[in-house]
Order: sequence, then structure tokens, then C-alpha cells
Amino acid sequence: MSPALIVFFLLATLSVIGALSLILQKHPIHSALSLIVVMVSLAGLYLLMGAEFVAAVQIIVYGGAIMVLFVFVIMLLNASAEEHTSFSKLAKFGGLPLALALTGLLAAAMIRNGGAVPNSATPDALAKTTDISMMLFSTFVYPFELTSFLILVAIMGALVLAQREKKT
Amino acid sequence: VNAVTTFLAQDGGFWVLTFVKIALLLFIVLTVNAYLTWFERKVVALMQSRVGPHRVGPHGLLQPAADGLKFLFKEDVMPAGVDKFVYLLAPFLALTLALASLAVIPFGPDPLPFKFFGHQIDLWITNPDIGLLVLFSVTALGVYGVALAGWASNSKYPLLGGLRSSAQMISYELSMTMSVVGVLLMANSFSLNDIIQKQSGRTIWGVLPAWNIFSFHGGFPQVVGFLCFFISAIAETNRVPFDLPEAESELVAGFHTEYSSFKFAMFFIAEYTSMITVSSLCAILFFGGWNTPFPTTWTVTHYIPSLILIPFGLWVLFDGLKYETIFGKLILPGLGTAIAGVGALLLAGIWIAPLHDVNEYIQGPFWLLSKIFFFLFFYVWARGTLPRFRYDQLMNIGWKLLLPVSIANVIVTAAFVLFRSAP
Repeated sequence: MSPALIVFFLLATLSVIGALSLILQKHPIHSALSLIVVMVSLAGLYLLMGAEFVAAVQIIVYGGAIMVLFVFVIMLLNASAEEHTSFSKLAKFGGLPLALALTGLLAAAMIRNGGAVPNSATPDALAKTTDISMMLFSTFVYPFELTSFLILVAIMGALVLAQREKKT
Repeated sequence: VNAVTTFLAQDGGFWVLTFVKIALLLFIVLTVNAYLTWFERKVVALMQSRVGPHRVGPHGLLQPAADGLKFLFKEDVMPAGVDKFVYLLAPFLALTLALASLAVIPFGPDPLPFKFFGHQIDLWITNPDIGLLVLFSVTALGVYGVALAGWASNSKYPLLGGLRSSAQMISYELSMTMSVVGVLLMANSFSLNDIIQKQSGRTIWGVLPAWNIFSFHGGFPQVVGFLCFFISAIAETNRVPFDLPEAESELVAGFHTEYSSFKFAMFFIAEYTSMITVSSLCAILFFGGWNTPFPTTWTVTHYIPSLILIPFGLWVLFDGLKYETIFGKLILPGLGTAIAGVGALLLAGIWIAPLHDVNEYIQGPFWLLSKIFFFLFFYVWARGTLPRFRYDQLMNIGWKLLLPVSIANVIVTAAFVLFRSAP
């Protein structure tokens, strides 16, 4: 096994463990911490693929900003360990078959592709920040601008909702 | 082939060299941290017409060692009802992240003149292409140390301190990141080395060094960017006048109220280490890093280090002789002789070729360290001068002043870069 592969498996295991722990932990803060582990190990995987900029942004935006907001809200609400209610009927009977179906679908897709998921057509396209920005502002300029517009609308929506509550 | 795979393919010599460098840097930084507390107490004392620490050793020079020992031997209290794992994780996170950010800081331009098993010995631990982004990602994760410490302590003052700090750090991270975009536009790179190299040379008809704060070279002077960056960075490191997470008068000691002995010291070291990081960043991003402020033709200025070292060494020497303790009489004069000797040797470089080369070599690190020292002094200066902001003022400054101003700075700089690069 090459060193890169060992690192890949380490990070992959870490992210899977983090994801499992996210679901299994009782306390919301512990779940949030598990999610941070997942985010950071995903960033490690991006780094392994040579996407340095994406890896850094993954940590700054997801590991930092978004998860800090999660933790902040949990702290602010002073949420304590969750109490298990009786499971919903849908989750009890539908959960396992649905999970199995999804796993089967993914496995089928992988097997159809000959066991190996192909790399992206241009493996080093994400390596340099200049290339990424070139791609964002030329090839994908409309989706990119549309996304930022969507985020702007979401921000304004949040503001309107917050203001409305204040008036009443 | 990318950065990670080349990194993994390195041989044993590289690993040994890197570990030695990390150990050395850790040792230096932790010592500097310890003496930074002494420096801060002395300077603040001078500003307030007090003497400051002066009991332990001459001029209180052994005070940091005494403090360190005290931290180690204090009882390690863990309050009842804490979330044990998170409570222990928080100081660990704070310290490791603060120390990790020093790994990407380059301290000098040239590698050492000898090699270690065929490996060039650079004056930095690593120099990634995304250096600045690495620093920002470490800062982004640094919030957790403070926030989790506040939450895990199971006490109301730490919780309030932790909440305040998360809100403050999220708010000021935005303006901090926006304020360096101008520098990035001018340097066209995230690598700290590239950013420094772009700042060599002169600007404004050779009057001023081409540092980003003055330079019209392919951009616009980043005065506004620097002010926004430095203010946000002070807030990001929770220092006066933005030290609301640990406002004593309101919150006891804020997020680390419930931490004792060395766990408290870990938060303390983390805070001082981030001060060093921020000072280095100010020097590197805006003040030319290791570039000298004088024109390169003025070779006379290369003897400034010796002109500082010799009088300082002599002063330490004669000051030590005044003491009656063994420490004062022996160590201080010895130290003074050593310092003055190094200065004299460097000065002798005028006549002796190898010493001349050494003197040339230390120019870069000397200027970088002087600039870092200046900003560290600025931190202490601000602490001795400014009163703490109120919380609503803090939020107003962050969101309504610094963020719009730094965005405006990006727009102006981008316009200048665009028009200058247009054929």
C-alpha cells in the first residue's frame, strides 16, 4: 500500500467514525464536535486529491464558520442531552429497508462502473487557486452568480422573518 | 502528484530535520511567550508609574520561570458537573491550534549555508502554496477552544464568556479576512513567501520601501487594509480593548474561570502565541516581512544589529555588576559580554569575510523579528492605554465599520490592480 493510500484509509475511517458518533451521541454538543471531525477529515481527503484551496475553504467555511454557529446556538439554547421519545412509526418500520435500499443503489452504481469510480477528467484542475477562480468566473459564471443570489435572498428572508417577530 | 504525495514521499532525513525544526521553534516560542508576559508586565508598569515584577531575580527576570513552576505545582481542580471530555479538550485545542499556526511563518529568505543529509535547511517549517489560507483555517478552528471551554465548565460566567467570544470571533473573522484580500490581489498568491518577495524594492520614486502599506507597485497602499486587519486581529486574539470574553469586572475571568493550574496556563500560552502569530502576519503582509526599510545600496545599514547589540550588551554587563546576588553578578555580566561579543563579531565583518557573510545572512531575520517585536509592543501599548469597549460598541465596530471599510478597500485595490495591469 502506498503512503497516500494509508492516509486515505485513515481519513476515511476517521470521517466514518465521526459520522457514526454524530448520530449516536446523546448530547448535541458532542454531535456537533463529531460533525467537525467529519468536516476536517473531509478536508484532509480533498488535500490528498491535490485540491488545496477547496480543503482550506472546507475548514474555514464548514469547520469554522458554520459549525461555530451550530455550537453557538446549542450553547445559547443551553440544550441538554436529548431524551428519547418513542420512535416514530415511519422510522421504526421504514428506516431499515430505506437505508438498505440506498446502500444497495450506491453499491450497484459502483459495481456497474467496474469497481473503480473514475477520477475527474482533469485531476489537477482544482490544484491551483487561479484555475479555480478562472473556472468559477468563466465556465461556471452563471451558476456561481445564481448561487450567490440565492444566498442573498436567504439572508434577506432571514432578516425579514426576524424583523416581523420583533414587531408583534 | 500534489503537495501531499510529495510530502509523503520524503525520506527519513526530511522527517528528522522537520522534527528538529519543530522542537526548536516550540522551545523558542514558549520561551518568548514566557518573557512576553514579563515584558508586558514591565511595560504596563512603566506606563502606570509602577515598578512591575522585580522580586524574583534582577529586574524580575526569573518571574516567568517562577510563574511556570507555580502553574505546574498548583492543585488541578476539576469542578463538579463538568463535561469531562470537552472540558479537557478545550485547552488542548486552544494551545495546539495556536502553536500550529506558527508552522507556516517564514522567518528568513535564505536557507542555511549547509545541508542536512542533502536537505536544504529553510528558516520555516513548511511553505505551502495556501499559506495564508492555512493560517485562516487554524484561526477559524481556534474559536472552539474558547467556546467549548466556556460551555464545558458548567458555570454561568464561563458560559457567558464563551458565548461572547464565539460571537466576537465570528464577527471579526469576516473583516480580518476581507482586509487581507487587497494584499492577496497585489501579491497574486496565498504563499507568505511570495507575498514577502513581491514587497522587495522601492516605491514612490525610491523614497519608501515597496511594502504593501506604502506601495503603488501594481496596487494601492494598504493603509486602510492594515488598520482593519490589525484591529480585527486584536479582537480575534481577545486582547484589550476587545477582551470582553474575559472582562474581569463583569465575568470574573470569562471562559477560563473554572480552569486551574496548567490548564489555565495552556489558555494563557495560546493567547500569547496568537499575539506572536498576528504580529508576524502584520509584518509579513503589510510591512515587507524580512525586507529592509533602507535601499539595498546602503550597506552601512547592515551593521544596525551590531549597533544595537553592543550597547545593549554593555548595559546588561554593567547593570549586572550592581547586583549583590550571585545570579546578578555572574549571569547578567556573562550574558552582557556574550551579547556585546556577538555584536562586536558582526561588526568585525567589515574586515573578516566569513563574519561578513554571517552578518549578511542575519539581515532578513533581524528585520522581520524587529517588526514582530514592534507589533508585540503595540499590543502591550494598547493594553496599557485603552479602556475596554462595551459589547454593543464591539459589534457595531465589527459589522458597521470594519467590514464595509475593508470591502471598500478591496474594491479600490482591485480597481487599481486592474488598471495598472491593463496594457
